[in-house]
Amino acid sequence: MRLCFSGVILLLSTVAVADELSPQRQQELSNLLKHDCGSCHGLPPKGGLGPSLMPDALVDKNDAVLMDAIQNGRAGTAMPPWKQFISVEETRWLIGQLRQLY
Amino acid sequence: MKVLLAWVCVALLGASAANADLRATGDLGVVIERETGSVQIVNTSKPAMLSRIEGLGDLSHASVVFSRDQRYAFVFGRDGGLSKLDLLQDKIDKRILQAGNSIGGAISQDGKIIAVSNYTPGGVKLFDAETLEQLADIPAMYGDENKLSKVVGLVDAPGQRFVCSLFEGNEIWLIDAKNPRQPIVKKFKDIGKQPYDALLSADGHYYAAGLFGEKGLALLDLWEPEKGVEHILEDYGKDDEQLPVYKMPHLEGWTMASDWLFVPAMGQHEVLVIDKRDWELVKRIPVAGQPVFVSGRPDGRQIWVNFAFPDNQTVQVIDVKDFNVVKTLQPGKAVLHMEFSPRGESVWLAVRDEDRLMIYDTETFLETGRLPAQKPSGIFFSDRANRIGW
Ligand code: HEC
Repeated sequence: MRLCFSGVILLLSTVAVADELSPQRQQELSNLLKHDCGSCHGLPPKGGLGPSLMPDALVDKNDAVLMDAIQNGRAGTAMPPWKQFISVEETRWLIGQLRQLY
Repeated sequence: MKVLLAWVCVALLGASAANADLRATGDLGVVIERETGSVQIVNTSKPAMLSRIEGLGDLSHASVVFSRDQRYAFVFGRDGGLSKLDLLQDKIDKRILQAGNSIGGAISQDGKIIAVSNYTPGGVKLFDAETLEQLADIPAMYGDENKLSKVVGLVDAPGQRFVCSLFEGNEIWLIDAKNPRQPIVKKFKDIGKQPYDALLSADGHYYAAGLFGEKGLALLDLWEPEKGVEHILEDYGKDDEQLPVYKMPHLEGWTMASDWLFVPAMGQHEVLVIDKRDWELVKRIPVAGQPVFVSGRPDGRQIWVNFAFPDNQTVQVIDVKDFNVVKTLQPGKAVLHMEFSPRGESVWLAVRDEDRLMIYDTETFLETGRLPAQKPSGIFFSDRANRIGW
């Protein structure tokens, strides 16, 4: 029950947060996704030095895995940590964007 | 009489129109507009856009080589697109999709073969520069399980050869394409972990691949390839903290001034100076961020450096006389590329997030012009046609 409850809260907070990102910040983030992530992942992100981030490539990966990769990077690979520049909420928004690309 | 006059007028008009259409190829350049998948053809002597060509696919990591007559530009797109542009007629002459994911290419010494390096399926393909007919497919197979590696750092070398590196395979391949339908590949194994890009000296003598997975560079002497690959700068700064790299550095052309080679450090905010007589590190020059391009002015007196996110609004200039940063410029957000005029009196910058190209005088560091461009990411001037290893 508690689990379910916190799940609901998480859901709610996601929704709330998505609303909180200003249009300007959303614009900045999608520019970042296109160009700065795109320099390794492609534009659209069908892959490059980094793997494809298209919805079909991500279906089997849950948000936590992606969140961890983006926030903390993957040591020993070319994927750098972004937490200094993108908050957890913003990362969640980015993952949402990735999941609904095209 | 009246009729005759009219005829003369028409003839004159026609003649001047024809003259206005004449376009000297040595003046031309190609600018990549990464978001729209388009390129501009520009005049580099009298800075101006001449035309825009669309429909080139994913140009998020595009590069360009020129035919030796400088009439055609070959654009290598991320999506495996290989487009041959006619710079005189502002149109796509031919276009093929040759792989799923591509990183760059090169043109052979005689100008007759185009080589493309691919990520998926990992390998090199050779094409007829005239027709874009495929001549050979060289899968980048490595290891016991015959896995395919991403191919990086592909350059042309004298003797109708190409050289490239295998990112996962940790190999350098020397490809002899004298018979382009049956290329001969010489493989150098265990050259160092994860070569990410490479460069060739202007005389075609040395090939150097930068390593991502460990310190230093892998160096191949093309005059004596039988000596094998040497690992240089193996342990410079190995105890220093590694900083995150938000964009992979590029090694383009041989940034060499007299006896020095200049390369971006990896995970350190430094430009490395290497003495090419003994391949020892001479100096680590502190700079504003993770260097991406470290480009020598054609006369070798200055080195211009741009940077990875989050420092990509800055460009710095190093004076080769004493290895010091002599100028820091802030041209705008996201400076992605720099291209010098053939003799280096000016440099063009692609400033992505400001949607413009900026032109600077390299002596005074003053801006001398700007042109609009949509998210420009690469600038390529036609004089590249005559350079080995570009
Ligand atoms: C310098 C190159 C580089 C940049 C820039 C980069 N990535 Fe990555 N990324 C990689 C590589 C390489 C991997 C694969 C890591 C591995 O092997 O596990 C990766 C993995 C990922 C993954 C995990 C994918 C999976 O299938 O597990 C996500 C999500 C991701 N990146 C998102 C991003 C986002 C969002 C950005 C921009 C904010 C970004 N990346 C920028 C190189 C990069």
